[in-house]
Amino acid sequence: MALRRFDLEAGGDSFSFKPETEDKIAFWRGKYPADKQRSAVIPLLWLAQKDNNGWLSEPAMREVADRLEMPYIRVYEVATFYTMFRLQPVGKFHIQLCGTTPCQLRGAEGLKEVCTREIGKQMYVTDDKRLSWEEVECLGACVNAPMVQINDDYYEDLTPESLAQIIGRLKNGVDITPGPQIDRVNSAPEGGAKTLTDAALFDGSRNAIKTLPNLPEPAGEATAEATGRPDAGAPTNVKREEPTAGKATLIDTTSKPDATKDGMSAPKDKKD
Amino acid sequence: MSDTFKLNIDGQEIEVPKHYTLMQACEEAGAEIPRFCYHERLSVAGNCRMCLVEWEGAPKPIASCAQIVGDMRPNRDGSAPIVRTGGAYVEKARNGVMEFLLINHPLDCPICDQGGECDLQDQAVAYGRSTSRYEENKRAVEDKYMGPLVKTIMTRCIQCTRCVRFVAEVAGVEEMGMISRGENAEITTYLEKSLTSELSGNVIDLCPVGALTSKPYAFNARPWELRKTSSIDVMDAMGAAIRVDAKGDAVMRIMPELNEEVNEEWLSDKSRFVWDGLGRQRLDRPYIRENGKLRAATWGEAFEAVKAALSVGPDKIGVVAGDLIEVEQAKAALDLFRSLGVKNTDCRPAGARYGTSGVREHYLFNPTLMGIEEADALLLIGTNPRVEAAVWNARIRKSWLWGNLKIGLIGEAADLTYPYEHLGTSAADLDQIASSDFFQVLKDAKRPMIVVGESALCREDGLKLSETVHKLSQTVSAVTEGWAGFGVLHTAAGRVGALDVGFVPAEGGLATVDILGGDLSTVVLLGADEVDLTKLGNSKVIYVGSHGDAGASRADIVLPSAAYTEMTATYVNTEGRVQMTTRAVQPKGEAREGWAIFRALSAVCGKPLPYDTADQLRALLRGKEGENTVFSGRGYAPGARGVEALSRPVADASGSLSSAAFKSAIVDFYLTNPIARASKTMAECSALASRLDTPVAAE
Repeated sequence: MALRRFDLEAGGDSFSFKPETEDKIAFWRGKYPADKQRSAVIPLLWLAQKDNNGWLSEPAMREVADRLEMPYIRVYEVATFYTMFRLQPVGKFHIQLCGTTPCQLRGAEGLKEVCTREIGKQMYVTDDKRLSWEEVECLGACVNAPMVQINDDYYEDLTPESLAQIIGRLKNGVDITPGPQIDRVNSAPEGGAKTLTDAALFDGSRNAIKTLPNLPEPAGEATAEATGRPDAGAPTNVKREEPTAGKATLIDTTSKPDATKDGMSAPKDKKD
Repeated sequence: MSDTFKLNIDGQEIEVPKHYTLMQACEEAGAEIPRFCYHERLSVAGNCRMCLVEWEGAPKPIASCAQIVGDMRPNRDGSAPIVRTGGAYVEKARNGVMEFLLINHPLDCPICDQGGECDLQDQAVAYGRSTSRYEENKRAVEDKYMGPLVKTIMTRCIQCTRCVRFVAEVAGVEEMGMISRGENAEITTYLEKSLTSELSGNVIDLCPVGALTSKPYAFNARPWELRKTSSIDVMDAMGAAIRVDAKGDAVMRIMPELNEEVNEEWLSDKSRFVWDGLGRQRLDRPYIRENGKLRAATWGEAFEAVKAALSVGPDKIGVVAGDLIEVEQAKAALDLFRSLGVKNTDCRPAGARYGTSGVREHYLFNPTLMGIEEADALLLIGTNPRVEAAVWNARIRKSWLWGNLKIGLIGEAADLTYPYEHLGTSAADLDQIASSDFFQVLKDAKRPMIVVGESALCREDGLKLSETVHKLSQTVSAVTEGWAGFGVLHTAAGRVGALDVGFVPAEGGLATVDILGGDLSTVVLLGADEVDLTKLGNSKVIYVGSHGDAGASRADIVLPSAAYTEMTATYVNTEGRVQMTTRAVQPKGEAREGWAIFRALSAVCGKPLPYDTADQLRALLRGKEGENTVFSGRGYAPGARGVEALSRPVADASGSLSSAAFKSAIVDFYLTNPIARASKTMAECSALASRLDTPVAAE
């Protein structure tokens, strides 16, 4: 990684956020208390980068600093620390090519050659201002290696040929489809699923448990969850709701008068 | 729960307070811990890893600067945790750290200004390997521009971030930072702009390597060739402790010395870099004006000319003492002119309305500079401490930052590096203070502090202001047992000393503004360059001073005197602290110490003064054995001893408070006296500051 410096010339003298970004700024600032507004510096820098054609100019950085009432040097430190903040202009389509070990083993070197051939050296912006590329560290899609990120989307399972094709389409303004560039859904096996293909695995018919063992006798009707049909109940780890009477739950404590005796909650009349 | 914690350091059982860091505990036990990033007066960073020690049972060596003792736990059997600051384990750890630090550090000690006083050099000898195993290319870093005072050679930087922390925490201007990361990390100011702090020179002292060095001093001398003399600074009224480093007869640099009660270990840029002014524009021999031109003369000729000028009769003579006058000169001059019957003597700026009440506490900074750390409320009236006492301003900031000091200001709004409540701009706003919220803050405060700028007392309403502020300080109980919360912040090093010897108009005498009004036949200026000399008319002017400045260019007779680094002399700082400078180099040419000039003149005038040496003069000032005078003790500030005098009721003054806005006494921080005006470095700083319109240069 080379030294990173602001391209002061290309940055011009001024920057302003797009009007539609204001809502997002308010959203991020709203997350932090009034005296801790500087916590929003990274999201705001990111928004500024989006509004500034994919790179962070010096006036844009100052704008963020002014809004958060931070000294410029403190924002400058953040902007130079994180390499995802780009301090010099990039093309309309900026290709971030993952060169970390898994991608490298799967042929990222070949992709680099394609980029160098089709675009030029790293961070060079083509004359039509459409393309630029840089090598980055792991983007966390190793299972689909090798891959590149173009603006906000991942393009995975690339070969030099498919990347060249993508770049060719970008050059000519043809739409491209994000995701794996081979016959594959997300990270699923190429050509479709090879295992666990039996539909019975997923309809609950194999899982013939009617009730959980050692449960107390249910007082009321058997509930939807108790039948062991996962698609009928809400995911248990997302939202926790207080058990209330009438609401069907797996363990119905409301109907048990003994539930209050375990000391968890004191009987009300003791207070008087 | 106990507030202390037992440790076993190097086999020695020791009990220390729980808030101590392990490094402090180790030092308490007598061990020496090497460090680069840790500094007592800055926050802990813990990034150099040089202070590693062994804690038995811990999986890794511990960075002792960042380990709070209270967070440690005893051994399983309940005995004190065992810490070792030496031995093979610790030595190997430090050795490894040192090797990493040196990997990218250039081997340019022979051309490095830090060489000989370099922490890295010393510690590499003490803790490092004898040879390098590193065969790759070292990294190189671009040098950064940080203004006319700080020279950078950033390849030498070890990223300890002391400078970054100093500038943010102590100086209070967030202008330095560390950009990028890892191997590319660099220390810089924002886009390499110049530092705007008036304390920026301190980063040079803080830098443990040669990355930040003094630009004016670059390649001038080696530390071991310098003659080091402890002395006192006279650039402002604080009287900071300094060390004057001289080579031959030239002052090569000025460094701060430790004085907890005055400057801690900081020094303002003016005090630190003014030294090149000591070699320029110097008056090195007497001059007499003939046919409109000054011509060099001998002392004998000059004295005869002075004698003639003084023969006009005492009522026609006036004497004005300047900002840098030392006590000895003031005393000798005063004794001589009083013996000649001269009543028109003054050491105060034009229009001054203080110093004549006979009560010393009325013009002293009674709460003491260190008192700000105890104070919980501060009211500044007509003063801008950032330019009038820059180092003290950092102390106000420290008290605000780490304590809960609340600050109010009546005067020019300025960036003081800490927030304050702006209560008004003129003396008249004091009338409304009782109805402000800040009044309640002052009343509720245990140790309220009210500080009046000297310039605020040099206006028409000075007496009334003085009375009002005294009454205010009594109303809010700023003057109580053990706490004298009223103070005057002076701007001139010589003022309090001259006031202490009584350098004010005698009964019926004229004050500065009238002496300089052009009505007198002969006017003697004792280094008085800060006063308005345009109305002198046809008065014959005798100038005694060290630099060719405003006074000398108007003078008819010039008598050269020594500057503060060239004499052993007494100064009294704004707190009333009596301190002495030490002669570091000889006076220039035929220049003499101020008191000696007047002693010699007294003989010429036929009224010889009763002392022949400076020691005799000082003995006279001190008074007899056992007598308690202002000058009988040295080095301490009277502080709360002034309570009794301050709690006496004050006489009502006539007139009313003016609604004219207070103006800062200091127009340009860098050019406040003849020495600073002769300095190229100060001129450069001043030009830069006014171009940047930084808060340091008010206009």
